[in-house]
Amino acid sequence: MIWTTEKIAGLVEPDRAHRMAYTNPEIFDLEMERIFERTWIYVGHESQVKNPGDYYLAQVGRQPVIMIRGQDNEVNVLYNRCPHRGAQLCTARKGNTGNHFYCSYHAWTFHLDGKLESMPARREYDGTNLDFDNPEFHISRLPRAANYRGFWFASLSNEGLDLKTHLGESTAAFDQLIDRAPGKETEVVGDCFRMVQQSNWKIFLENQLDASHPGVTHESTGKAAQRIEAKKRDEGEEVPLELTFLSDFARLGHDGWTKFGTVGYRNGHSSLEGYMGLRPDDPDTNEYVRRMYEAYGEEKTEEILGINIHHMLVYPCNSVQPPLQQLRTIRPLAHDKTLTEIWHFRLKDAPEAIYRRSLAYYYLVNSPSTLVNADDLFNWWKCQHGLDSNASEWVSFHRKAGQDEERDGIAYSAPESMSELPLRHMMYAWRDYMTADTGAK
Amino acid sequence: MTEACEILAAADNAAVADVSVETHRAVERFLYCQADILDEKRTDEWLGLFADNGYYWMPSEEHQIEGDGMPNIFWEDHDLMLMRISRNSHPRAHSQAPHNRLNHVVSNVVIESENADGDIIVRSRFHCTEYFRYQVRSFSGKYRHLLKKTSDGYRIALQRVDLVNREGPYDYVLQWWL
Repeated sequence: MIWTTEKIAGLVEPDRAHRMAYTNPEIFDLEMERIFERTWIYVGHESQVKNPGDYYLAQVGRQPVIMIRGQDNEVNVLYNRCPHRGAQLCTARKGNTGNHFYCSYHAWTFHLDGKLESMPARREYDGTNLDFDNPEFHISRLPRAANYRGFWFASLSNEGLDLKTHLGESTAAFDQLIDRAPGKETEVVGDCFRMVQQSNWKIFLENQLDASHPGVTHESTGKAAQRIEAKKRDEGEEVPLELTFLSDFARLGHDGWTKFGTVGYRNGHSSLEGYMGLRPDDPDTNEYVRRMYEAYGEEKTEEILGINIHHMLVYPCNSVQPPLQQLRTIRPLAHDKTLTEIWHFRLKDAPEAIYRRSLAYYYLVNSPSTLVNADDLFNWWKCQHGLDSNASEWVSFHRKAGQDEERDGIAYSAPESMSELPLRHMMYAWRDYMTADTGAK
Repeated sequence: MTEACEILAAADNAAVADVSVETHRAVERFLYCQADILDEKRTDEWLGLFADNGYYWMPSEEHQIEGDGMPNIFWEDHDLMLMRISRNSHPRAHSQAPHNRLNHVVSNVVIESENADGDIIVRSRFHCTEYFRYQVRSFSGKYRHLLKKTSDGYRIALQRVDLVNREGPYDYVLQWWL
């Protein structure tokens, strides 16, 4: 099919999206070209590469890339390709290259910023066009790389909004990951979990802000958590907070999720308000707040802790859960296959118990033995397969459609509703990205 | 540090202990029965295999020596194991219906040490075939058990499970232990 602008735009209606947006491999290729290889894509956090030579592999659109810290301590984002014969330079997912890149095919070496350093039989290049100063013979840098407070993004396009403008209101998620630390710094904990979803990347993003699913999808986990809570109470033990996060699924039932508003921001980002009681009156939390007061003063602390975000979706690639220090990033592999990296962050100088609390949640929700995401993954798989059916051409986003409130270019869900606003909002942004006339061809 | 992790970390994981044939048989029998209990999902018996403060542990990194306070594939005490059983058995655990089938083969049993109390450190290898949702998958790896000797037989103080493909990526979820 020739995907004209009109045809693509026709896949999105005010309250529904056409199934081809999720099931068509050509659309997937166009998404890579027009969204993932044009806008800003999350590469990684600076703490993944602490020392010169440390690198971590990532993917921007369909391009394998290397995030590496140079001798000058700057982070570089490079294509993972030797300019000589095309071999990938790094194949282990992370490591340290020493003070230069060394290609295992013909021993060309490169500085950590990508510049050509040397090769064997160098004189045999005399009289050729090979030029050490010519970027053609360097490991290519991505057209743009930038960071927001240590969170690195890259873009395969020279043009477009700068990172901060692109992120807009969604920077609040990254601010929260840092500002909630009494030590005013954050860093990754160990390595990420990597999970492959057998479904379209948009299905995952849509799920993240869908407050109408947890009470249904995670009912069995909620009930099991309630059972353990009761057992602990009977035995006179304290109920750890992470269990209540899970038992909420059962406690709030199918209809108890109406008070959590959703917001759609510019450039496709969106958020769901917090619902977890993350500031209970217990000694650990109180000690944490005391350290925050010491670091920031009372007023600023209250401002930081008063921000109430459960999830922020940074379109098109991140789902950030700041109160529990989690960040998920997606690397779409095919129209029906999505790799996710799930990272946990540690707040500098927060009490150990605060770290343990979010780590426990990270384990229960996102480890490969997850008692929560297992049911999500199965739903997404079922949706992907269901959408292959000819029964209907459309995916419904009708809940509270037409009742979103827009102020200054930002869309707010209707009060006291489980509005499908974020789903509509993302598809509108998708349509805009997919049909944007950039003048390029 | 968790006491059981500390004991495993301090032990020589290449050691071969000279134990009696009876001890060797009893330990082997314990490992085979554990695999059988898991394969048949006799979940009450599963919990009974573990000491009161026992852990089932699948680390996410090779050189990890502590489960507590670290990201893990599994790190479960009695309560978390009970929660997993409750959830997986709930009629609305829709992703788990019908349950998978597991089939373990445990082998290469080497007793590493036996202390004065009769506590054992034993390593072994496993291969497990899973049948789930019309697909057959296979897992393999190594076990290292710290077994406490009680008047009622051995109890697991710590079972460390190192999956060969530990670092992933995972295109499946592990809903039952391996």
